[in-house]
Amino acid sequence: MTTEDKNWKEIAPAGVCWKPSTKFLTGDWKTFTPVRDLEKCTRCLLCVLFCPDGAIHWKPEKGDIEFDLNFCKGCGICANECPTKAIEMKLV
Amino acid sequence: MKTVVKQEMLALNGDEAVAYAAKQPDVDVVAAYPVTPQTIIVEKFSEYVANGEVETEFVCTESEHSAMTACLTASVTGARTFTATSAPGLALMHEMLFVTSGCRAPVVMAVANRALSAPLNIHCDHSDTMAERDSGWIQLYAENAQEAYDLIIQGFKIAESQEVLLPVMVGLDGFTLTHTLENVQVLSDEVVRKFVGSHQIPKVVTHEGKIVPFKLDPDNPMSMGPIALPNYYFEFKRQQEEAMRNALKRISQVNEEFEVISGRRYGNGLLELYQVEDADVAIVCLGSTTGTVRTVVDELREEGVKAGVLKIRAFRPLPVEGIVEALKKVKAVAVMDRSMSFGGGGGAVFHEVRHALYDLTPHPNVVNYIYGLGGRDTSPTQIRQIFEDLQRMIQAKRVGELVRYVGLRG
Repeated sequence: MTTEDKNWKEIAPAGVCWKPSTKFLTGDWKTFTPVRDLEKCTRCLLCVLFCPDGAIHWKPEKGDIEFDLNFCKGCGICANECPTKAIEMKLV
Repeated sequence: MKTVVKQEMLALNGDEAVAYAAKQPDVDVVAAYPVTPQTIIVEKFSEYVANGEVETEFVCTESEHSAMTACLTASVTGARTFTATSAPGLALMHEMLFVTSGCRAPVVMAVANRALSAPLNIHCDHSDTMAERDSGWIQLYAENAQEAYDLIIQGFKIAESQEVLLPVMVGLDGFTLTHTLENVQVLSDEVVRKFVGSHQIPKVVTHEGKIVPFKLDPDNPMSMGPIALPNYYFEFKRQQEEAMRNALKRISQVNEEFEVISGRRYGNGLLELYQVEDADVAIVCLGSTTGTVRTVVDELREEGVKAGVLKIRAFRPLPVEGIVEALKKVKAVAVMDRSMSFGGGGGAVFHEVRHALYDLTPHPNVVNYIYGLGGRDTSPTQIRQIFEDLQRMIQAKRVGELVRYVGLRG
């Protein structure tokens, strides 16, 4: 607690926060970062489906996927599910 | 009783009376799961939906946990929301009850009071709602079908008050009220709609100083109840306590306002006193048993015994000052509990009434009577015996057993 914390009369009810969840960058929690081998990746998109944080996006204009590291918590599920073992979790 | 409007007399059981009341104030969402003895409420309500009598979105959920979740989430978008349940259903809602009050969602729920298993029992006692007394919900108890009808209507007005914003639970005794046909005076839809009013969404100030409506709204995106770590959680709980204190006043006001349209009032809305003012002996109880006690009080008064009954209408928030004021001159008090707090030395109502009287000097002798568990009938003869016990207690100047059981074998 800090002296800047507001008292119970000053805060809005119910723990409401006015930032959409996209403004809370949960990606800074991670220890390991997914690194993809572009040669091995077949763009099967299984990682997109499995990512629990929706942090892997299919970009049709590029014909490729993109990791949103602002929200990737580094859980490694994508690496585990990748059928061609194209994703490796690395300490970056 | 000045501007009472014309009312219609209908023969309704308690459940039907509740459904009828919920039909009137333009409820947007009802999410429910059936459970005896509540089922008639949502069954009846789904008939209203099927017949096009209401424009409510009726959500059939797969459990009561989901029903309460659906009510909460509908409510935080600004929808007026209603549901009903009973013992095992209420127990399954337990987690979501706290989330609902914590999110300050003004959901109104009827609870047909029923015993909790095991052994399985579908009949009335108060173990279901008493177990949820710390869930942050306002708890109001009905004495008869008429009061159940009135309380549901009042419930919406209380819950949605800007200074309150808390969910309201209306308890009505299973079978004794839910399945018993009574004459119920009903107001017109128009009068009820006007009385409850449209659902006003309060404004809140954001941490950026912006004033926005307190609801989930794509124009002003916000997350509700997401997380409050040790540095803030405590503050939110203190706010809920303040809302409960505000509710004490609001329940009384709504009771007064309701009298203007209906001609019916229930004490000060929080407590209803019957012959307590000059009583030597008094019973404190809630729910349908109050009716039985009133009858016995009348008989005893004719015999010259100064007996009275104090009905607790609002158990949450508990009108502590009102209880002290009502009982300060009474010599002996019996508090009746239709549930047990195992190992706690008496029932919940007893604990709280006795705690309320602690600061009085001298304070009345207070004893506890546990009664009617699992729907066991409590007769006027038994109530009379309680009053006789109290009189003996005064004469003998000795309290004796603090916790006693009514109608228990052995």
